[in-house]
Amino acid sequence: MKTENQRAWFFVLPVLILVAFNALVPLMTVVNYSVQETFGNNQFFWHGLGWFEDILRSERFHAALGRQLFFTATILIIEIPLGVVIALAMPRKGFWVPVCLVLMALPLLIPWNVVGAMWNIFTLPDIGLLGWTLNNVLGIDYNMTQSPVAAWITVIVMDVWHWTSLVVLLAYAGLISIPEAYYQAAKIDGASNWSVFRYIQLPKMKRVLTIAILLRFMDSFNIYTEPFTLTGGGPGNSTTLLSIDLVKIALGQFDLGPAAAMSLIYFAITLAVSWLFYTLMTRDEQ
Amino acid sequence: MRPRSLVPIIYILFLLLPIYWLVAMSFKTTNEILGGFSLFPQEWTLANYRAIFTDPTWYWGYINSIIYVTINTLISMAAALPAAYAFSRHRFLGDKHLFFWLLTNRMAPAAVFALPFFQLYSAVGLFDTHLAVALAHGLFNIPLAVWILEGFMSGVPKELDETAYVDGYSFPRFFATIFIPTIKAGVGVAAFFCFMFSWVELLLAKTLTAVEAKPIAATMTRTASSAGYELGLLAAAGVLTIIPGAIVIYFVRNYIAKGFALGRV
Repeated sequence: MKTENQRAWFFVLPVLILVAFNALVPLMTVVNYSVQETFGNNQFFWHGLGWFEDILRSERFHAALGRQLFFTATILIIEIPLGVVIALAMPRKGFWVPVCLVLMALPLLIPWNVVGAMWNIFTLPDIGLLGWTLNNVLGIDYNMTQSPVAAWITVIVMDVWHWTSLVVLLAYAGLISIPEAYYQAAKIDGASNWSVFRYIQLPKMKRVLTIAILLRFMDSFNIYTEPFTLTGGGPGNSTTLLSIDLVKIALGQFDLGPAAAMSLIYFAITLAVSWLFYTLMTRDEQ
Repeated sequence: MRPRSLVPIIYILFLLLPIYWLVAMSFKTTNEILGGFSLFPQEWTLANYRAIFTDPTWYWGYINSIIYVTINTLISMAAALPAAYAFSRHRFLGDKHLFFWLLTNRMAPAAVFALPFFQLYSAVGLFDTHLAVALAHGLFNIPLAVWILEGFMSGVPKELDETAYVDGYSFPRFFATIFIPTIKAGVGVAAFFCFMFSWVELLLAKTLTAVEAKPIAATMTRTASSAGYELGLLAAAGVLTIIPGAIVIYFVRNYIAKGFALGRV
């Protein structure tokens, strides 16, 4: 049982100072920009909530948000079940376990722009392995820089390549924590594979899967570097996800007010969805 | 071989294909790359790697990245260990709110913070230093480390602490010589994640540096844009960024699975 101890605050203080320095100061800067109008020369004028109204009404924001939601939903629907299936099929002990883990963790440790550059090289229609094979062996007309559909499929396959391993590692950790006795009991009862999965493995994985879904939601909703390196948001702006659009407005056009307002709306959406999901998933535990 | 072991094999092949292509490209000459498609390098060349190892702007990129990732891992772990202990052992005013607030910092899009970070670190005179990137990456690494370590520490029965005090251990001595060794799998997993997220992040690292602390990943974007399209060089630099990660995974391979299972992660 935890004990009441206010002095514990001293233990938390270093973390509080370090994170607050990085989180609160920039956040206040963003809030500050979001309610002001600037015409350059470092002159700022009060603009109230005007930027927020503009952003919430702007079709450009709606389109980027729509693309972002579609992207996040698609990769979650693919990566979570796929990760579970792979984790279930992995060996539980022996020589091959560390081999599988090391190889599977590899994509997680590649810098994000290298992931984008690697997939760019891989999918070049004339000299990339995948692009060349699709065009010349399978006879599919594939060119990411011209077809929005091809660009979308490539961005999604790249994300599946990059992040499914995280789901596999987490799900696998949940699986190996199940005592052997559970399986023996199930065998004696004559349980089918499906009921072993449904009533033993899935409940045991619930906690790690909650974490996997939360992490994948947060990270995919904030994704920037990989799709930007791969497609630059194109062709046109068909793969311009929310943060790519944000960086375009903030650093490309230097429209600080609208960019700041958009940042705050963006952050609020991420927070709300994460909180809702977290509450729903952990409700049964209380 | 059972049919179900085909699933991980196919998955791993899928993971390795783009990596193979990057490695193959890095050993090709520019002429061969531009000349057309070839599955294997026809004439192996080390020219791309030689170019990187002889050019200080390239190899300093690696050194810079390794320096700030190491500083970040050390700072994050040093701050997160006592904090995680406090969260796992004590109740105090506002503890739950604080914990959730810490986690929310993982949700903030890095793109949102890029510009204010630049202004903040310029204002305190840390712009273009390794420390700036290490501190900035603490924004998402410290909360993650606290989260992971708290899970591991809560798995250790409180009797361990009490026995140590009865035996006359002071708190610092107990923490350093008994408690940390008990949760060393957790420390390994948390340090691994700090290393990983700091190593792979580019946007903040690029925003906070110019010359002195420029990370390798940022050097690569320069090559892709300004020096024409030197695919071979780009591929070789990419291959070299995979190696430190691969070494780290090899060392923590046993902790990853075991660590996840023990902790509440």
